[in-house]
Amino acid sequence: MGKRILTVDDSKTMRDMVRFTLSGAGFEVVEAEDGVKALSLLDGTRVDLIITDINMPNMDGVTLVKKVRAGTSHRSIPILILTTEGGDQKKAEGRAAGATGWIIKPFAPEKLLQVVNKVCPSS
Amino acid sequence: MNSDRPDTDEFAQFRQTFFEECAELLSALEEHLADLQERAGDTEELNAIFRAVHSIKAGAGAFNFTRLVSFSHTYETLLDALRDGQVHQSEAVTAALVRAADVLATLVEAAQEGRELAADFGEAEGAELAALLQQAGLARHTDTPAPDAVSAVTDDTSAKSASTRYSIRFAPFPELFRHANEPLLLIRELMRLGDVAVTCDTSRLPNLGALEPEDAYLAWDIEIETDRPLADLREVFEFVDEDCDLVIAPEAHLPVAEPIDDEESGTATMPAEATQTVPHPHLATTSQLPASTAETGGAGQAAVNQKSAGVTSIRVDLARVDRLVNVVGELIIAQSMLVQQSHSDAGDTPQLTTTQGFDEIATLTRELQECVMAIRMQPVKSVFARMPRMVRDISAKLGKKVRLVTAGEQTEVDKTVIEELADPLTHMIRNAVDHGIEPPEVRLADGKPEQGTVRLTASHAGGNIRIELTDDGAGISREKLFAKAVEKGLIAPDAKISDEEIDDLIFAPGFSTAAAVSDVSGRGVGMDVVRRNIVNLGGRIAMRSEAGKGTRFTLSIPLTLAVLDGMLVAVGREKYILPLTSIVESFKPDPAHVRALTGGGEVVFIRGEYIRLIHLSRIFGVSEAIPNAWDGLVVLVESTNNNKIGIVVDELIGQQQVVIKSLHDNFEPIPGISGATILGDGRVSLILDVEQLRRMPDHVSGRRERASAPCSDTGSAPIPSPEAEAPLAALA
Repeated sequence: MGKRILTVDDSKTMRDMVRFTLSGAGFEVVEAEDGVKALSLLDGTRVDLIITDINMPNMDGVTLVKKVRAGTSHRSIPILILTTEGGDQKKAEGRAAGATGWIIKPFAPEKLLQVVNKVCPSS
Repeated sequence: MNSDRPDTDEFAQFRQTFFEECAELLSALEEHLADLQERAGDTEELNAIFRAVHSIKAGAGAFNFTRLVSFSHTYETLLDALRDGQVHQSEAVTAALVRAADVLATLVEAAQEGRELAADFGEAEGAELAALLQQAGLARHTDTPAPDAVSAVTDDTSAKSASTRYSIRFAPFPELFRHANEPLLLIRELMRLGDVAVTCDTSRLPNLGALEPEDAYLAWDIEIETDRPLADLREVFEFVDEDCDLVIAPEAHLPVAEPIDDEESGTATMPAEATQTVPHPHLATTSQLPASTAETGGAGQAAVNQKSAGVTSIRVDLARVDRLVNVVGELIIAQSMLVQQSHSDAGDTPQLTTTQGFDEIATLTRELQECVMAIRMQPVKSVFARMPRMVRDISAKLGKKVRLVTAGEQTEVDKTVIEELADPLTHMIRNAVDHGIEPPEVRLADGKPEQGTVRLTASHAGGNIRIELTDDGAGISREKLFAKAVEKGLIAPDAKISDEEIDDLIFAPGFSTAAAVSDVSGRGVGMDVVRRNIVNLGGRIAMRSEAGKGTRFTLSIPLTLAVLDGMLVAVGREKYILPLTSIVESFKPDPAHVRALTGGGEVVFIRGEYIRLIHLSRIFGVSEAIPNAWDGLVVLVESTNNNKIGIVVDELIGQQQVVIKSLHDNFEPIPGISGATILGDGRVSLILDVEQLRRMPDHVSGRRERASAPCSDTGSAPIPSPEAEAPLAALA
């Protein structure tokens, strides 16, 4: 079965870009607009990797990471956070919450793929 | 702008989306700014404003709108400072924010139209924001970040250098896995950078009892030859940097490798500086390699080393496993044959040592068999995992809201069973969503939550796997089931049947409760097919439903199709096997407690309960069996729905593990019989199917009548009399 990746971002542009890049590389991509929607999607859905933005309405990325790690169904899956250059503080917060790694925005498609493959290889 | 980034042009197709989003974000920005003017310092408003500007910046970065990135970055920095309380919201600040929003809008517009703005456009507003930051002593990051970000993206241009050899010591801290990092993936990543030789250091592994399953214990010594710079190697470990001891040392720093003349020499092979920074208490056991690979320089050695790095499973052709299972099965038969032989040779008192020897062999064979069976066991997860997607697709199609909850995915069951489970489960879940769960408006009207729940759970119960599928949908009442069955001509309107027989009607061929044929569940395949699938697995399925509350299906399937713990019973000259898990007790009834019923059949009264008696001799037409229950034994057995029946046998011979041979494959299905096995003496014995026996009418036939039982599962088939052994012998 192909790997399924959940992209969580309030920006449709970002979700589209992530989807475009990853589905082109054979991943299945599912989307959520914020942490709350991501959690309800995760309930009962297998996901192999989460890529989440930090700044989102309703539930931000750091809280999402914490909740996923505290849950049962997906607590051992890799989670990548999207940060901007110089967002070291956010990176550290995400790390502390249990994030696996990070991707710096803006990213080139192959950079995104490289990082994704590092934590969740397509094969 | 950077024209040397053809890669991001792939994203150009998303520009339109971006600008649409910008329009939304800008109007949200304006709205929240207006609100902020009324509620100065409101965190919610500030957060919303920050997010809007931040999103614009992030998108702009992707499309390389540098001016937009640069301005929104300054803007965002001030907003962040406001959020943190480092800058206080004054009238001047608010005014600056509003002006900045206007600039941002114009910048977006210009980007969208591809229009060049005056070089100094927005400069004053940008400077104003920067000044406010400076006043607060925060002169940070106001310079344009875009070029940096961009160059960080294109990192593959680093000049190629001559290949260098590095020695890496990678020792994860126990908590490495908490961030879901996977060391093997990192090693794989390294392998893309150059030739890698890996040695796995298992010395930190504790005893199994002390092992914390979620801790990392392994460490790795890696030799890599690469033309990439050191920074690239470091980047591989970027995400685990804080969760491990990591030393990456160029080979040049290695002490001159000594020839390995004995094992001790290996102790000094790590780079000196590495041993200073990281203690290597276990180095002696693992470090022969780094130096020696350098010497032999062999790719062959590298391959060998890679192999040793944490391989925990292998893939084996299923046919080979099957062969193994079969051979072990034969071994068990041979073993019981041998035991029997020694008993008859030595009379009733075989030599003590012989008995002990046989006991030991029996234990070992049993263990061997369990090991072999364990190879075939797999978690049901592989089946369960397919279901959420299906539920999502179907519910979307039907406009229903359904949540699938699964539990017990790790429950293990034989691979064959897993494969056979997929179809019936898919069908049942599809049914549950299609017919069970009501449309959202109906649910709301009934005072139920809008979203329906379908629960799929697996657990072990004895030698069986128990799977439950529950939905909180409409359910169906027994009255309705009954009426439907009558309507379909499945039963007579005046038929007197028990509640649980009514529940079972849903599995009758030709029964479908769907009010209309939908393109989801379709027509044709009904629950009768589902039941046949389950029965073919030697399993049982039962349904219980309540109108308005929902429906529950309970499946009970043997963990393996290959072996069964059985009780060997004698009836006349015949021997049958009863599944041990179905047996509750056995007793010799008091003649006074056995009553004949007027319509034929017999019951026994035990502990205030009448239990139906089934004479195997009568059903299967066995001669020379004990005619009266009180002269023989009654074995009380229980079927799936906790229905008890008493099976009348002559005597219990003993408990035995038997290898199941399918009648379907080797002969033909027989009602009341689930399979056959070969006994130690080479004779074929039939395995009784308790549930089917319960459903069979009492065929009182002292004569050699070949009864054909009207059992819907299997159709009619001749009941084998003792003479039927001849064709069954082919099973061996």
